Formats: sequence, structure tokens, C-alpha cells
Amino acid sequence: MRIFAPNDVIAKSRFWYFLAKLKKVKKANGEIVSLNKIHEKHPLKVKNFGVWIRYDSRSGTHNMYKEYREMSRCEAVESMYQDMAARHRARFRSIHILKVVEVEKADDIRRPYIKQLLSKDLKFPLPHRVPPKKGKKVFAATRPNTFY
Amino acid sequence: MGEATVTQAKWRLVEVGRVAVFARGPYIGRLAAIVQIIDHKRALVEGPSSDKSKIVPRHAAPLSQLSLTAIVIPDTPLAVGHAALKKRWDSSDVEGKFFNSTYAKNQAKFARRRELNDFERFKAMVLRRQTRFEERKALAQAKAAKA
Repeated sequence: MRIFAPNDVIAKSRFWYFLAKLKKVKKANGEIVSLNKIHEKHPLKVKNFGVWIRYDSRSGTHNMYKEYREMSRCEAVESMYQDMAARHRARFRSIHILKVVEVEKADDIRRPYIKQLLSKDLKFPLPHRVPPKKGKKVFAATRPNTFY
Repeated sequence: MGEATVTQAKWRLVEVGRVAVFARGPYIGRLAAIVQIIDHKRALVEGPSSDKSKIVPRHAAPLSQLSLTAIVIPDTPLAVGHAALKKRWDSSDVEGKFFNSTYAKNQAKFARRRELNDFERFKAMVLRRQTRFEERKALAQAKAAKA
């Protein structure tokens, strides 16, 4: 079983959680024989991932398909959790990852927010750059330059 | 109606082959070329410098850490590999171009000024006073000759 978890302990716990949903087994009647971390094969390649999830909102359960552009499967899942927390206030405990698939062909990309990044000769300016807040005072003698 | 001519703004674009300087983050002050755009906030960058202390390993860098330079490595293919990028980097003399730019020269000047101790600052002050004196003398002579 492929499980996305921040550490080994949570991974084992999630394993039993999902196994109980598939088969009538509990932790007392089983033993985890091995746990292997799956490393990304090409961590320096930019890939598009399709993620199928099922999540419990405040009013019901929903299925979703989302796409992420990341360097690794784990990063895609991480940004999925951030995205779900931001857009739907969904926590880790209320999200089940059903499937994470690398979308290899550009034609198979479904979401416009990823499609726009695949256009040929993509280029864009950085028109308004806000300087970092660090050490910023309330008043300044000169206006900050946001154009450079 | 008067004629209005619309000219395109000369933005420095985030594009494949654009060379950028790290303005923040762990690789501050180092040069790197954009290899691939990941999304509107991140790009895959690599700085294959010959100087070991100036290398930027290939990684996803947030665009907020970068400031774009005027240098673009022409005709860079998307997601170019390390060796090919290094070749292009050297053949288009990215570092030479950058260190001859006014920006880099100013930056080097500021860095040198910051290192000065009190006596060196004093010496700089005396030298500046001398040049100023010479300039004013020349100016006064030119004015007198004109009158």
C-alpha cells in the first residue's frame, strides 16, 4: 500500500486505518513486516501530477480531481494538502488520497490552471515586486521601488 | 485627436534561458539561469559556474528570491541538462557580461566600501577631497579663460 505521511509512525497508523476499510483486520491480528520509503526517480524533473481525493466537508463527502505541477510525487501531495486547507478548510484527517498519477502527455491535462503553464515559449514579467517586510519601519523617507 | 503611439514596456521576462541573481536565500549574490518555469512563483534554476563557490545546484527556486538580469542565454531548450547548459553558459560568457555590468560594479564597490576600516575611510575622504580640488581648479580656470 502506498501511503503519504510525514513520518514512519503516522505511515504505520495510516496503513492500519486504510487496511481496516478494505479488510476486516486489526492491528492486534497483524504485523507490519516492512516499511520502505519510496524515493522520487527523477527529482530534478518538473512533472504534472493528477491527484484523486475524497474528502469530508462540513456537509458531506466529495470526490475531487486536482492537478499539481511539482518536482516529486510527495511535493504534489504536500501542496494538495495546503491547497485543500486553503480552499476548503479541509484537514489531513478528512482527506483520503485515492490515487496520484503523473500526467505525461500535455493533452491529458484537464485543469486550465496547469494547462496555461504548458504553453510554448512561456514568458512573463514580474511587474510589481514588493520588498520583503523584514526590518521595515512604519515610515520611510523614500517610497519603495517596486519596479525593477 | 492627437496621435498616440503605444510602445511596449521593456520588461525583463521570466523565460527559459534568463539569467538571474539571487537577491535572498541561501545562494545570495550568485548567478543562475532559468531552465524551466514551474509555475507563476517558482522556476527550476541552475548556475553552472566554474568557480566552486559560485555554483548554484539545480533546484526549484521561488521567483521572490531572484532578481532578473538583462542577460538571456539565446535559444536555450526547455529543461536543458547540466552539461549542455554549462556549454551555453560559457560560450555566451554570462559571468563576464554580468561582472562588467554597472549593477555588478556598483555592488562590488559597495562591498569594498563596507570592508574599509576607519583609517581607510579617512584615506578615501582625503583622496576625494584632492580630486574635488583639482576639478574645481580646472573649472575656475576654464571660466576665467572664457570671461
